[in-house]
Amino acid sequence: MVEWSAAERKIVADVWGKISIDEIGPQALARLLIVYPWTQRYFGAFGDLSSAGAIMGNPKVSEHGKTVLGALDKAVKNLDDIKGLYAKLSKMHYEKLNVDPDNFRASYLLADCLSIVVATKFGSAFSPEVQATWQKLLSVVVAALTSKYF
Amino acid sequence: MSLSDKDKAVVKALWSKIGSRTDEIGAEALGRMLAVYPQTKTYFAHWSDLSPGSAPVRKHGKTIMNGVDDCVTKIDDLVGGLAALSELHAFKLRIDPANFKIFAHNVIVVIGMLFPADFSPEVHVSVDKFFQNLALALAEKYR
Repeated sequence: MVEWSAAERKIVADVWGKISIDEIGPQALARLLIVYPWTQRYFGAFGDLSSAGAIMGNPKVSEHGKTVLGALDKAVKNLDDIKGLYAKLSKMHYEKLNVDPDNFRASYLLADCLSIVVATKFGSAFSPEVQATWQKLLSVVVAALTSKYF
Repeated sequence: MSLSDKDKAVVKALWSKIGSRTDEIGAEALGRMLAVYPQTKTYFAHWSDLSPGSAPVRKHGKTIMNGVDDCVTKIDDLVGGLAALSELHAFKLRIDPANFKIFAHNVIVVIGMLFPADFSPEVHVSVDKFFQNLALALAEKYR
C-alpha cells in the first residue's frame, strides 16, 4: 500500500491544478513518439507519424495524449487506490493491445517525457521536491498499469 | 543509435546557448538525482550534506558537467575522449552504468526548465542520443 504524506498530496494537487490535460497530454505523447521512435509500433492506426512535424500535428496523437492524461487525472483524484483503479486498464493493455511487458519500458519512457514537458512548462517551480513527488506518482501509476502482467 | 552529423550540430548549437550556465545545470541535475532517485545517494555516503543546493552537491555537479561539456568538444570520438574517465568510473568509482541514464534524465529536465524555448522535441532526441552515446563510452572499460 502506497503511503502519501500530507505534503506530497498537496504537491500533487498543486501541480495538477496548474496542468492543462489538453495541452500537456498531446505534448508528452508527441515527444515520446519523436524521441523514442520505436514506440510508434503501438500506434500503427494513427496515420502519418513520418516526421516530428507530422507527429505534432497529428489529431489522433493529440486525442490519445488527452486520453492518457485523463487516466492520470483519475489517479490523482484516487491516490489511495491507484492499483485498484488501474486494474482494468492493465488487463486491457495486456489482453487487447498485447503491449510487450518489456516495452512497458515505453511507460517509463512516457513518464520521463511527461516529466520533461511539465518541467519546461513550470520552470523553476518544478523544484526538486516537486519533481520527487511527481516521479513517485508516475512510478506508482506505471506499477499499477503493469500489475496484471504477472 | 550513433550520432548523425545533424545530431552533433544540434548538440553543439544547444551547448553554445546553454554553455554559460552549465555549472548551474550540473549542480541542479545532481541535486535532483539525489532527491528524486534516492538509491543514487549510496555513492555519496561520505558527504556531509546531500540536499539540493548544498556545497558538495554544487561542487560535484559542476565537476560532472565540465566533463559533459568536454564531451561536446569530443563528440566525434567519445570513446577515445572518455577513455581515462571510463577507467576511473569502472575501476575506482565502480558506479553502476544504469545510473548514467538517471543522471542524464535529470540534466535534460533541468535544460528543459531553464531553456524551454530551445528544447523542442527535435532537439530533445539529439540530446538524448548524445547522452546515450556518452554513457556507452563512459562504460566502455567496465568489462
